[in-house]
Amino acid sequence: MEPILEVKNVVKQFATHRALNDVSIVVPKQSVFGLLGPNGAGKTTLIRIINQITAPDSGEVFFNGHRLKEDDVNLIGYLPEERGLYKKMPVGEQVMYLAQLKGLSKNDAKTRLKYWFEKFEMQSWWNKKIEELSKGMQQKVQFIVTVIHEPPLLILDEPFSGFDPINAQLIRNEILELREKGSTIIFSTHNMGSVEELCDHIALINKSQKILDGSVRDIRKTYKSNTYRVSFKGNMMGFTNALWTGAELLDKGQEDDLTWAVVKLLGNTTPNKLLEAILPVCELHGFHEVIPSMNDIFISKVNSENNITGSKSNFTE
Amino acid sequence: MGKIGLIIKREIFSKLRNKTFIIMTFLAPVLVAAFFAIVIWMSMSDKAEQNIVVIDETEFFKDKLAGNDYISFTYSHDSLDKALDKFYASDKTCILYIPSNLISGADGAIKIFYKKAPGFAPQTYIKSQVEKILYEYKLKANNIDPTIIHNAKQAIKLITEKVNEKGEHAEQMTAFASILGFFCGLLMFMFIMIYGMMVFRSVMEEKTNRIVEIIISSVKPFQLMLGKILGIAILGIMQFIVMGLISFALTTVLSSALLKDVQKDMVKFNEQKAQVMKNGTTANLDKLDPMQDKLEVFEVLGQIKQLNFVEIFICFVIYFLAGYLFYSSILAAIGSAVDSESDSQQFMMPVMLPLISGYVIAAQMMSNPESNLATWGSMIPFTSPIVMMARIPHGVPIWEILISMTLLILSFLGTAWLAGKIYRVGILMYGKKTSWKELSKWIFYK
Repeated sequence: MEPILEVKNVVKQFATHRALNDVSIVVPKQSVFGLLGPNGAGKTTLIRIINQITAPDSGEVFFNGHRLKEDDVNLIGYLPEERGLYKKMPVGEQVMYLAQLKGLSKNDAKTRLKYWFEKFEMQSWWNKKIEELSKGMQQKVQFIVTVIHEPPLLILDEPFSGFDPINAQLIRNEILELREKGSTIIFSTHNMGSVEELCDHIALINKSQKILDGSVRDIRKTYKSNTYRVSFKGNMMGFTNALWTGAELLDKGQEDDLTWAVVKLLGNTTPNKLLEAILPVCELHGFHEVIPSMNDIFISKVNSENNITGSKSNFTE
Repeated sequence: MGKIGLIIKREIFSKLRNKTFIIMTFLAPVLVAAFFAIVIWMSMSDKAEQNIVVIDETEFFKDKLAGNDYISFTYSHDSLDKALDKFYASDKTCILYIPSNLISGADGAIKIFYKKAPGFAPQTYIKSQVEKILYEYKLKANNIDPTIIHNAKQAIKLITEKVNEKGEHAEQMTAFASILGFFCGLLMFMFIMIYGMMVFRSVMEEKTNRIVEIIISSVKPFQLMLGKILGIAILGIMQFIVMGLISFALTTVLSSALLKDVQKDMVKFNEQKAQVMKNGTTANLDKLDPMQDKLEVFEVLGQIKQLNFVEIFICFVIYFLAGYLFYSSILAAIGSAVDSESDSQQFMMPVMLPLISGYVIAAQMMSNPESNLATWGSMIPFTSPIVMMARIPHGVPIWEILISMTLLILSFLGTAWLAGKIYRVGILMYGKKTSWKELSKWIFYK
């Protein structure tokens, strides 16, 4: 299937700082695409280029197969990281205004607005000023503003920062529902939990460069290291003795009455061989492959990149 | 244009929703009119009935002081002390005390004792009456006929006429043109300032509310800036028209009430003058004097009608629009670059300085309306809206106006272009204090 968005070799230079250095990404249609990276990596700059808020110094962006053009802003919904609304303007009027700026006619805007207000049970807010609403309520309004024109492409910059857990769950469900309806969602985050839960594809950006991309499943497959976690009843000493040169003990520990060990298989050793070796010495309770979490991959990848360039990681999450 | 239209509409309606804005639009002209009404009312209240008892120790002024519509004199032979004792219980409002040494002595002081302070007008009236009687007495004492003196003092009228390059000349009321010019310049200064600051605040509000990024994902930053500036321009013109209509209505009502008096006086004056001419007597001469200044008022009113108000009005609207557009685009750029009003000081000074110097030039034109400074000031776009408005009532060749307008509009296109460049970067910059150097760098961002 043709990708909905393709960014090719984009470079963006600010006065003394290169925000994006030859970054390319491909976002497949009807997927949830995670744009990951530490703070200051260049995610927001990339998002702003896709939204045509800033222009790249070089490189190209293709949307639905054609080069990005001015009208395309009406087909993109954007929830910026720094988001706010007019404090003194009534909610209904404000959403109507922003929806019309996205190219909706007055009538369409009204119909859809009613739909969303009913869905989120906020009909009574219509004439309230934004400053009279709680933060959680404002966030709902912001989300509606982002999706009201039913854009094929949604871009959410750190959507879960600043949202309370209930609203975050609401947004999560909406994201999945919108994908089912055919939308593509790009979201930038450093919340790795949400990446595994939601994303089909990711791209990892660090220090203005893309250092990793692909489908979440493929990436995790690539990063698994033939490592297994065994939990058993029995003597740890006996377990260790049963291991041979084809297997290396990485970690061990005690959990209630069970002992556990993490073993890495070397060379072309199969899990069956490991089982054959340990079954005589212990009573097996659990055995499963250790697949690295996105969080682990993220941290190890960013750290190794930073070590290559010889500077210290400033990533804290 | 559709999206800019939406922005313009929002800008106008968000201000119209602001109650203080609406109230000020209607209240400002009413307040101005009320101020004038109070001034007039106060001068009317000077005309409160004054019953003055005269204690004349010289015995010279008896029956000579002439009263008028509201001042009447009675004479008493009581001593001052006695009169003062009786004064508070009596129906007299003032005691005029003329000491015995007034005619002979060098120290010519008279005194008024009062219960309620008499206004300025009765005081001057009394003083001038006493002075006049004394003056005529002293002339006669030296065998000089007062009529000779009176006829020797001939009042002349000063007519100022402007000559153009073809040698045509027409009468100009320079004094009045100066005042009108300064007023137009002042009004222009205030309008540019008020609406320019409105743009500045509106830009900054969107930035600090953090809504701006949502908006510029739908429209180009330049469209947003333009929509804002145009919206406030339309708002300004609407406010100007409403204020103008209210002021016009109020001044018509007020001035028709005032002018009626002046007109009546004028007729009376002419009758008396004719009579004086015919009789050649001095009988009414003293009555003519106090009307001389009213006559000048009447002449000014006549001259005002000669001024080309249509030209002034059209020029005002054009200069207001162009000057406002010029300054507001600069202010929009500054509003985009700062996070709070307190950060804006370093940028405000250099912008306000030329605007204020325009005002200063307009002020000094009151005394020297056609200096070189004024000519240059009316050409340079930073000051031209204000200075040219101050010049126009004096008569400015049309080609000068056209050059000045063209320069101003071209400069506006320049500042709008520059401001757009700064604006689109500035609205997304948070947290750090911006410097001029940085601002100039933004212009070159792609």
